Amino acid sequence: MKLPCIPAIPASEITPRELFYQRRHFMQLALGGSAALLAGTAVGGEKLASSLSEAYGLTDKLTPLEDVSQYNNFYEFDTSKEGPAKMAGRLKTRPWTVSVEGEVRKPKQFAIEDLLKLAPMQERIYRLRCVEAWSMVIPWLGYPLAELLKQVEPTSEARYVEFVSLHDPEQLPGQRRAVLEWPYREGLRIDEAMHPLALLSFGLYGEVLPNQNGAPVRIVVPWKYGFKSAKSIVKIRLLKQQPTSSWMHAGPSEYGFYANVNPEVDHPRWSQAKERRLGEFLKRPTLPFNGYAEQVAGLYAGMDLTKNF
Amino acid sequence: MNWKTLEDTHLRHLKALVFLLALLPLALLLTAAWQDNLGANPIEKITHNTGYWTLTFLLISLGVTPLRQLSGASWLVRLRRMLGLFAFFYACLHFLTYLVLDQFFDWSAIAKDILKRPYITVGFAAFVLLIPLAVTSTNAMQRRLGGKNWKRLHRLVYLIATAGVVHFAWLVKKDLSRPLLFAGILALLLVLRWINKLKVARLSRSYSTV
Repeated sequence: MKLPCIPAIPASEITPRELFYQRRHFMQLALGGSAALLAGTAVGGEKLASSLSEAYGLTDKLTPLEDVSQYNNFYEFDTSKEGPAKMAGRLKTRPWTVSVEGEVRKPKQFAIEDLLKLAPMQERIYRLRCVEAWSMVIPWLGYPLAELLKQVEPTSEARYVEFVSLHDPEQLPGQRRAVLEWPYREGLRIDEAMHPLALLSFGLYGEVLPNQNGAPVRIVVPWKYGFKSAKSIVKIRLLKQQPTSSWMHAGPSEYGFYANVNPEVDHPRWSQAKERRLGEFLKRPTLPFNGYAEQVAGLYAGMDLTKNF
Repeated sequence: MNWKTLEDTHLRHLKALVFLLALLPLALLLTAAWQDNLGANPIEKITHNTGYWTLTFLLISLGVTPLRQLSGASWLVRLRRMLGLFAFFYACLHFLTYLVLDQFFDWSAIAKDILKRPYITVGFAAFVLLIPLAVTSTNAMQRRLGGKNWKRLHRLVYLIATAGVVHFAWLVKKDLSRPLLFAGILALLLVLRWINKLKVARLSRSYSTV
């Protein structure tokens, strides 16, 4: 059998993967940033220093900042996609404290200023897959959630972590309607919360989080559907029992506790086999655990993911 | 001049005006597309927009008869066919958006959707049922079918509008306020028709006893 001829390219001619990636990332940041300026969007604007974490780079094309900050599911502001960006100016993110309590040896109230300094800030590029079958690629800034949890020393009784978002209908007008049970609650199993991929995030695209993206502090759990990544968090509770999240409460047959991205398990009303990456025309197949199976599939060994959806 | 009656020339002008107004949603959508103003997820926006206007025109065309009965303006009924055909027109755009932009002719995915997703089953059924109504909307077809049969066939529109509202309610993730608004308007229009029917029945009874 004759093999097709492969032209010989000297290794020196090939751009190293990291360098290629950094260049394209720089250009994408520049493009995204200027697009946001042109559109006059209400982003925080305050710079946030970080170092790009090479282990968490992706070759996927970044979703422009304009789309990341103008197409949001944040029912505390509004149930439309454009609404949150318009209403987000009402949210005051200073002063802000996060209380970490429950099954811990050292419960503590953290001021946002202290949280920002708690661990070195990293930039991590994650895919975000919404349960509505669209997806984005976002350069987040933050550090592993585990860094914070270690500070309060969870006891051996702590098996779950609950995240409680801000409840204040004055600042969050969407809370005047009982679309969901307020405050917004989400939860993880402790081993999920301690996983290095689970991020406590303070920014995106090199700046502090726009309010509509969950300022001043949120979690990002990239292998789960987007609603698991709670925004504008004020309380973190370590618990013995599995908590009930707002979405589980709203539709127990549609939203489970785990909500891992899974093309095999459909939402009862629509398929999860494919997704539309914002900016692309054709739908692409959805990957198990949103493409992070290698890192996280082990957490669910032996579990029936059809039942534990 | 009595506003309850309208001369033919005025009616022609009015029809032209309604025709242009009914095209306005499409013009606005095309302008937004041209100016790249459809947001981060343009296909979703086009799908929702054309669906919204399909339901709106269905309800407007269903509102013609109650409005005529309440106001006594008999010429209103002469706008009804055009309004109904615009509902069909936006339904076609909605279906084409799904077929071409959303699924891009992925026939197996479409077949699965129609069989497995109740909101798509109901929406697709409503669209298919609209086709015979559009085809038989001409004067010639009305004559061929005969008034009684034609009327019986076109009563399908109640079923179609109900299916359309259900389609909307079943697809939203959580916030039911807009589908419920459509459902409320549809219910009001049906109740008005029913009240009028009772009134007519009572009148004819009282005549027959004279």
